[in-house]
Amino acid sequence: MSFNNLDQLYRTVIMDHYKNPRNKGTLEDGSVTIDMNNPTCGDRIHLTLQVSEGIVDNAKFDGEGCSISMSSASMMTQAVKGKTVDEALKLSTIFSDMMLGKEYDDSIDLGDIEALSGVAKFPARIKCATLAWKAMEKGVDKEA
Amino acid sequence: MISKDIRSYFPVLNQEVNGHPLVYLDSAATSQKPIQVIEALSKYYSFDNSNVHRGVHTLGNRATEGYEGAREKVRNFISAKSTEEIIFMRGTTTAINTVAQSYGGANVQEGDEIIITYMEHHSNIIPWQQLAKQKGAVLKYVDLEEDGTLSLEKVRETITDRTKIVSIMYVSNVLGTMNPIKEITQIAHEHGAIMVVDGAQAAPHMRIDVQDLDCDFFAFSGHKMCGPTGIGVLYGKKELLDQMEPVEFGGEMIDFVGLYDSTWKELPWKFEGGTPIIAGAVGLAAAIDFLEEIGLDEIEKHEHQLAEYAMERMSEIEGLSIYGPKDPGKRAGIVTFNLNDVHPHDVATVLDMNGIAVRAGHHCAQPLMKWLQVTATARASFYVYNSEEDIDRLVTGLRTAKEYFNDVF
Repeated sequence: MSFNNLDQLYRTVIMDHYKNPRNKGTLEDGSVTIDMNNPTCGDRIHLTLQVSEGIVDNAKFDGEGCSISMSSASMMTQAVKGKTVDEALKLSTIFSDMMLGKEYDDSIDLGDIEALSGVAKFPARIKCATLAWKAMEKGVDKEA
Repeated sequence: MISKDIRSYFPVLNQEVNGHPLVYLDSAATSQKPIQVIEALSKYYSFDNSNVHRGVHTLGNRATEGYEGAREKVRNFISAKSTEEIIFMRGTTTAINTVAQSYGGANVQEGDEIIITYMEHHSNIIPWQQLAKQKGAVLKYVDLEEDGTLSLEKVRETITDRTKIVSIMYVSNVLGTMNPIKEITQIAHEHGAIMVVDGAQAAPHMRIDVQDLDCDFFAFSGHKMCGPTGIGVLYGKKELLDQMEPVEFGGEMIDFVGLYDSTWKELPWKFEGGTPIIAGAVGLAAAIDFLEEIGLDEIEKHEHQLAEYAMERMSEIEGLSIYGPKDPGKRAGIVTFNLNDVHPHDVATVLDMNGIAVRAGHHCAQPLMKWLQVTATARASFYVYNSEEDIDRLVTGLRTAKEYFNDVF
């Protein structure tokens, strides 16, 4: 049996983030906490963000979910750390466009996040991938 | 076993998904529709469509006959005493909400108890949570045995003289457990409580006799039993329905309308406000004909056999855990499982890539997931059109998933 179709979704870098999540845990002095879940499937994320003077200084996540939701959370925390709130939101917009299969701004280096672009072809899994980003958006919004 | 030829009645099954012939194992979510049902809907809309209960004209009569004929068909299907006890609704959810708001609203007071179990579907939890909150009543859960069954002993311990309503599912949509509804009804009645049965997973799969069960209300949905979506049934004992107030007010359900006060139609129509679900009822009648032609006992036997075969074959896969009763005789054609550390969504995606449709998630039963100490599970559910070959395909698909995820880990 060929795994070609599956490989479009489950790229090596995704499985690496799933197996070795970056920024897993909770920030004790996290200035903002967001809990979000995906009511249709039970995925759950607990995100803590430290934001000061418009910059995301630190981000950690905890939660339960499939490989796509958890690797996406790992990548998201990696991507937004050290960015300004505006940059983080810009990344979120790019990610959202990518998931919807739209043209997205590729002038910014997306790093590992790009590996998730295959999710767009699996409509049932898009919500898995966007959960962490929605939590982040809500978090910086709380802070603003 | 039901002949595999039955598959040919279901046009949707005759297709490839992701390059493989479709194996549909998600009938507990919604069943596929046989050509007889699709044609009944088409015929109704092509030749008979009209509004009911008002037409002097021919089409109005035909539509009324179709709609009321369906009611008689449903009455016979669940062995109710009279068609006055058969109310057409959108589905099980609406039916349970109607009982909660109408019967519960009038009969439950502060400190009274409502009893459900840990295995209930959200549609048989939240209407009671809301009622309990409105009334200051107490919502109590019957705990489950380790194998996901209900013991009458625990039911007896939970129901008291303060209990007004007991509402329990006949067949679990996750564990496949078949609950002893007749015995539970008797216990409820001994304490003066009424018995509500969520029959959504039972009506498609086994013979229902509401008079033998002696339950007070029985709710089920058409779409899980080869019928269309948007049609369901609330059965209620006439003496209770008679006392109850409608939940929806408007056209169709009225007798006399004054400026400041109105009166209601007789049963069952007083609960059917607005233009009813005519085509849905006609489709449901065709579905009942289809199921009865096969025979409900045959269907139940077929599913037990498939469940037994599935449990046997799936247990061969190392690291696969199956939830619910180990004894296939105690369960309907539903097998819920997890595969090692592979998340059920990932399992379902791999299966889908192989043309196999299963459900992954919490199955609208979050309290049960908590009880099972899992966040999500995968579920394969079987119906008349499934065969042992479908299960073989599932097992091959699960092995593929395991291989794939073992490779990447």
